[in-house]
Amino acid sequence: MVINDEVALRMEGITKRFPGVLANDRISLDCRKGEVLGLLGENGAGKTTLMNVLYGLHQPDSGQIFINGQEVKIESPAKAIQLGIGMVHQHFKLVEALTALENVILGLPSTRPPFLDLAPARTRLLKLCEEYGLIVDPSTQVWRMPVGQQQWLEILKALYRDAKILVLDEPSSVLTPAEGEQLFKAIRKLTQEGRSVIFISHKLNEVLEITDRITVIRDGHVVGTVPTKGATQRELARMMVGRPIMMDRKPRPAMTEKEPVLVMENVNANDDRGIPALKNFNLTIHAGEIVGVAGVDGNGQRELAECIVGLRKRTSGSIHIQGKLVDRVIDDPSFVGYIPEDRQKTGLFLDLRVSENLIIKDFDHPPFSKRGVLQYNEIRKHARKLIRDYNIRTPSGEVQARHLSGGNQQKVVVARELNAKPVLDIASQATRGLDLGAVESVHDTLLSERNRGAAVLFISTELQEVMSLSDRIIVLFRGEVMGEVEGEGADVSTIGQMMLGRASEVVA
Amino acid sequence: MSADQIIDWLQAALRWGGPLMLVSVGEVFSERSGIINMGIEGTMLFGALAGIAISYYTGNVLWAVIGTALLGFLLGSAFAYLTVSRKTNHVVTGLMFNLAALGGTNLLFAMLSETRSERVATFPILFPASFGDIPIIGPVLFRQPVNTWIALILPFIAAWVLYRTTWGLNVRAVGDNPQSAATAGLPVIRLKYQAVILSGIFAALGGCALTLGEVGYFASGGMTAGRGFVVLAAVVVGGWDPLRTALACLVFGAADAAQLRMQTGGSVIPYQFFQMLPYLITVAALAGLVGRTKPPKTWGASYDPKDI
Repeated sequence: MVINDEVALRMEGITKRFPGVLANDRISLDCRKGEVLGLLGENGAGKTTLMNVLYGLHQPDSGQIFINGQEVKIESPAKAIQLGIGMVHQHFKLVEALTALENVILGLPSTRPPFLDLAPARTRLLKLCEEYGLIVDPSTQVWRMPVGQQQWLEILKALYRDAKILVLDEPSSVLTPAEGEQLFKAIRKLTQEGRSVIFISHKLNEVLEITDRITVIRDGHVVGTVPTKGATQRELARMMVGRPIMMDRKPRPAMTEKEPVLVMENVNANDDRGIPALKNFNLTIHAGEIVGVAGVDGNGQRELAECIVGLRKRTSGSIHIQGKLVDRVIDDPSFVGYIPEDRQKTGLFLDLRVSENLIIKDFDHPPFSKRGVLQYNEIRKHARKLIRDYNIRTPSGEVQARHLSGGNQQKVVVARELNAKPVLDIASQATRGLDLGAVESVHDTLLSERNRGAAVLFISTELQEVMSLSDRIIVLFRGEVMGEVEGEGADVSTIGQMMLGRASEVVA
Repeated sequence: MSADQIIDWLQAALRWGGPLMLVSVGEVFSERSGIINMGIEGTMLFGALAGIAISYYTGNVLWAVIGTALLGFLLGSAFAYLTVSRKTNHVVTGLMFNLAALGGTNLLFAMLSETRSERVATFPILFPASFGDIPIIGPVLFRQPVNTWIALILPFIAAWVLYRTTWGLNVRAVGDNPQSAATAGLPVIRLKYQAVILSGIFAALGGCALTLGEVGYFASGGMTAGRGFVVLAAVVVGGWDPLRTALACLVFGAADAAQLRMQTGGSVIPYQFFQMLPYLITVAALAGLVGRTKPPKTWGASYDPKDI
């Protein structure tokens, strides 16, 4: 709610260049008092760089920053804090070994040096918790706190410093829907007090719900600023990506074959703690079919994927792929392509080059290896081909995978896993954390895999994409199949009910 | 074992454990800031020699303490420069330090030939001799030189500083997550320097306590006998907590004192076996406890301010 038209923050012609990249190209934006400004853009569009400039972590090559009409130079985070700027980074800046309270007072001068004044700080923190409905326990160490509470703590840290302009970088990506609601409540209270909030996100529905105005950034420059009232998802997506994005169900040719590829019968498996995670699980996927797995995170999805590729031992039941019993880890991507849930931890070796990551399942046989010696010419040639075929944006195959954006890292995994045309594709949370363009690319690839005749298991917690991509949808709840529906004409509320474990009522 | 023997053993345990406790106090801070000062063994050696030499020439243990502390400051600064500013590997740098110290102290000691095996002024005993006649605690506590008393009190002060002062909080933050600490406006590099220098000072003083606390002479060829390494182990066993680390040092001191007594006990077991015992206990404690304690997250890593 904008109290008046007073401008709290104005950034004018900000340019920031990194070696080889123009991260911010004359970006201008302003944020009024009591306003929520949405900053919308794909990963790599320059949102985070811009905010790091605002927080004094980067110095702009040119451009000016005005706070309440006064031009300021922000050379350090300490200066930004002093100017009333609070920042909640996408990757939290908390010290995990310290308690919540210690994190809050870290870097602040004490009223009775050299000692910490913990008691008054605790009182003030608890008051803030109550005021904004963001509850944390001051004496809990951060590493023991659930990630949602860590998010609250970051916000409280900024409020403790009396931030007038609060930047929230992708705040909802770690929150449950209920926590998201709580966050929005807190944001509304902040703006009622005349504080300004810059809300960075690429989730369109959220931006539309909470913001007053939206500034869209693409490739380092401002595409436009629009009032939220009257803006549509379709229009924003187009501004963000630069071309229309298909948000509806993907058209596809009808399935022709009916040959079963994956057959799972009465599979039981435990999670890492030894608690049953899959219970009497049955599933058959045919060639040329995408089966979507819907469900709230942590209901057996990970265990399901790991069982199929043999990474996790099942306690009973059988899994056959093209008639072959799965009895060990499948590492042959010409048989099963596996896009794991965590591309950075499981999918890639971040410190290895892109070209090396692309052959990591094939490095021990020709043409990539001869008599125990890696054939780098072949490896590079292979990398060049896949980079072209899968449109991986990287300076070359010789950079470390770490330096690629999330979307392009995922393309490396997808290229490695699917290039050899497996009979079965398993995609586990394959679009998590990716921006719209990259999501669409993953969807298109999986759809063309289906059309090629592969059986595809598509596991995702984002219901919308499960519905738009799947031929058939099963819903997982506590390791059991709650129900199965056709992808065509699937009903959101039916699936939503099943995700909460209410199968029988719906079916009956 | 008779009562006298037990009292004698406890007294020796404190005497041997004290210098280690002094060293451990500094090392805890250094490691909490993320820097493993592996050079404390060598710093102790230098401190041991400096203490003897200054005490010999000035006849005043106070000058010896001041001089040794200054030396520790310099050695700590050097270690900080290498590991913090030049981002060298802590283990390799420490190894170099220790080898240089072993050779360096032998050389210097040979040059200072007049101090050879001569007893010099040692640290005084604070309490009047009559206190020493109090049963049990008299001989165990009140016949201890002043450095043992300081070593007993210091871990409590260290814990207070680490957990209750702004500086202590800052050091803990810097070792766990320097990027976040920098974002909170802390001078990360400066804090690391301060913590490492502190460990240098206490390591040198610990070495000084080894020579001036009791024996009053220096023995060339590794007078510290790996006690600096024992402190490194004690810090891990103590979970980077000043008090628990000091306790671990005390246990080692007790084991050391016990083995000295066993050596002279007239057993058929070779004395080398007894000499090995304290170190064996250290290894066993490490094996049993490692993994259960959590090191600072950037323990032993270098920090680049350009990483955000």
